[in-house]
Amino acid sequence: MEEFSALFHGFAVALSWYNIGMMSVGIVLGIVIGVLPGLGGPNGVAILLPLTFTMSPTSAIIMLSCIYWGTLFAGAITSVLFNIPGETHSVATTFDGYPLAQQGRAGEALTASFTGSFIGAFVAVLLITFLAPLVAKFALEFGPPEFFAVYLLTFCSFVGTGKDPAKTIIAMMLGFGLAAIGMDTVSGELRMTFGWSELLRGIDFLIVVIGLFGVGEILISMEEGLAFEGKSAKINMKVVLETWKKLPKYWLTLIRSSAIGCWMGITPGGATAASFMGYGIAKRFSKDGDKFGTGMLEGVIAPETAAHASGTAALLPMIALGIPGSATAAVLLGGLMIWGLQPGPLLFVEQKDFVWGLIASMYLSNIAGLIIVLTTVPLFAAILRIPFSIIAPIIIVVCAIGAYSVHSAMLDIWFMVLFGIVGYVMKKLDYPLAPMVLSLVLGDRAEAAFRQTMMGSKGDLEIFWSNSLVGSITTLALVMLFWPLISAAWRRLRGGTKAARLAA
Amino acid sequence: MMKLTRKLFNRTSLLPFSLAALACVATLPNQAYAWEPTKPVEVIIPAGAGGASDQMARTIQGIVVKHQLMKQPMLIINKGGASGAEGIMDVKDSKGNPHKLMVAFSAIYTLPIAVNLPFNWRDLNPVAMIASDEFLLWVNSDTPYKTAKEYLDAAKKANGAFKMGGTGSKREDHIITVALDKIAGAKFTYIPYKSGGEAATQLVGKHIDSNVNNPSENIAQWRAGQVRALCVFSEQRMVYKDKITKDQSWADIPTCKESGVDVQYQMLRAFFLPGGTTADQAAYYAELLKKVTATPEWKDYVAKQALKEVYLTGADFVKFLEKDEAFHNKLMHEAGFAAKK
Repeated sequence: MEEFSALFHGFAVALSWYNIGMMSVGIVLGIVIGVLPGLGGPNGVAILLPLTFTMSPTSAIIMLSCIYWGTLFAGAITSVLFNIPGETHSVATTFDGYPLAQQGRAGEALTASFTGSFIGAFVAVLLITFLAPLVAKFALEFGPPEFFAVYLLTFCSFVGTGKDPAKTIIAMMLGFGLAAIGMDTVSGELRMTFGWSELLRGIDFLIVVIGLFGVGEILISMEEGLAFEGKSAKINMKVVLETWKKLPKYWLTLIRSSAIGCWMGITPGGATAASFMGYGIAKRFSKDGDKFGTGMLEGVIAPETAAHASGTAALLPMIALGIPGSATAAVLLGGLMIWGLQPGPLLFVEQKDFVWGLIASMYLSNIAGLIIVLTTVPLFAAILRIPFSIIAPIIIVVCAIGAYSVHSAMLDIWFMVLFGIVGYVMKKLDYPLAPMVLSLVLGDRAEAAFRQTMMGSKGDLEIFWSNSLVGSITTLALVMLFWPLISAAWRRLRGGTKAARLAA
Repeated sequence: MMKLTRKLFNRTSLLPFSLAALACVATLPNQAYAWEPTKPVEVIIPAGAGGASDQMARTIQGIVVKHQLMKQPMLIINKGGASGAEGIMDVKDSKGNPHKLMVAFSAIYTLPIAVNLPFNWRDLNPVAMIASDEFLLWVNSDTPYKTAKEYLDAAKKANGAFKMGGTGSKREDHIITVALDKIAGAKFTYIPYKSGGEAATQLVGKHIDSNVNNPSENIAQWRAGQVRALCVFSEQRMVYKDKITKDQSWADIPTCKESGVDVQYQMLRAFFLPGGTTADQAAYYAELLKKVTATPEWKDYVAKQALKEVYLTGADFVKFLEKDEAFHNKLMHEAGFAAKK
């Protein structure tokens, strides 16, 4: 077991007081960055990168990766408490996390989400430790058709989760339309900017999310009558233990989401796609699937586990191949070069101390992260005790700062307000928001992958079944899309035979 | 300080002493400038975090901090939307702001032509060019092609079945691909990816047949023996003689011209101030960049990224820009990349 000795060597590197100090600093910073909407992991890491130029590369990457873990953990906090995703990958966490908080079970939701995150990360780190070179090769198998198939699978696992498929599809198409604004990388031309230079960069996903969820939610609450007293929320550590007692029940969801997350992180579909897929699939296969969206713990665990597993696994192709699996990983990769390391396939061979120090630090920092965030559960849950009339203006201000900080543009704040109104109207008319957000995030990439595929195959759709990998993903996607029909047919068939047997 | 020296010079006849004082002034780090930043300086990168421009800016930021070359801090801001148009327009709209620098690459010529962006580099105040980036023709090492000629002949025979991957559309990689068709008669199906890193991985995974990445975008895969460099699109070979792979250095790669394919293309790496800023302000940053390029950290960086060291400022830089713009103008129009007016 060569990996074991290397890993223990890594622990020896990571376990110095200095590195543990850097770890804690990183995680706390990450939590702060994660809680503020708009200021995401990539920005946070990029801003703090210059601070690390004087450190040793190992300490530097430990601190920066801890910021990343911190943001992964903390993205859930505002999703659960205020229905505002602090990070793009925690949008799906709002679906069940916020209803739970409304029922006064914020503590449970936070504990479940943090623990799920931890388990997802742990599975991904195990994968990195023992299968890195093997799995890294798998990432190379992904060309444009494979990428498109993965996105298709994400979309398909989500269609039909809403009550009304027609409304789901309308919302999804709106998202695709918004995603198409700005520069089209495939043709190199501008689309739907109407000669307005402010629209060149497109409509940022985060601004839409802050508007739809954050501002929209506040508009709804205002209409429902200002509830001047805050929600009751238990403030003691017991809630953590009580929630833990319930978690083993969801072992299947945990395993499934971890697997989805690891896979999406490596390929690299990204943590956001992973969280949506984790939620969509859990909803489809859970026996309480119908109750998803009303405040199910399972609906919090599924996306968070997948997101954190994916975020962690995204570092694998970065370490083993020099391919960033996520935006944050791309910034870290730039950092590697500045510290004088050459990322790429030879990193494992040439920089053993660095690589195994980093991997060992992933174990330690996730444990440290879990402890730190769990101690904050009562604190954050207590925020809900503050009356709405006080907290609402604060939320609006935080949202506006978040929207502004994405591109430092005033116009984005107006977009946020606009999408707040859109979100309010959509909720009133019972249109689901999630499919719109999903297609806004992935629409651009899915479109590029599809068009790259078509350029390569000269317009032949058979390419989506041209090898076993892409063929099985595409088929799986179609099965997911028609799952309601398939399961209905299956039930009928079985029902039919039963009836026949009874008749006989 | 200057005044003091002059006084000393006038009052005393102790020439050696005053000379020593003068020398002292010249070597002091905080020499007097005609203008100096009074606020933190924003560096706008019209590209995403982690890319080549971003890394360069962050390296410079590191050097400035380490050697204390500037009193005010430097902030790096990525505005990479719309292939960089977001950042370029932001700097254009910051007329007269001397606390904003832009990192420029060839998008300053190609974007206005490709998408009718209302921009021309003359709208800005050119500060200095600090390097130029090379482009190479790369194939997967599992393929049998050892020279550019062999590969391009095979591509010619395949008549469009070979796939060339690159960054974006109607930009530098795409321009080179079209030039290869024009000059060597090798038609490619061009697949635009989001970044050079992606094009590198796709080549290793054999989803494309070749790419024309910068040295820094493919170095990792080259060292690991996954890709092979066929030629460099340059007048002369690169200067770096240290072995990068087991048996090759950057200098060992022949030019495409040597292989009988006379395609040349290089990309500037330069800095601009917004328009309406003064010559003194541009001179301050030109001086700052000159100091940066003299540090060992910068030498190390250019060697690692295999950048060509070029330092141009003032009239020389403007002359270069005019020539380079005309060159791009011609290429873009020949390739049919110009947008309809």
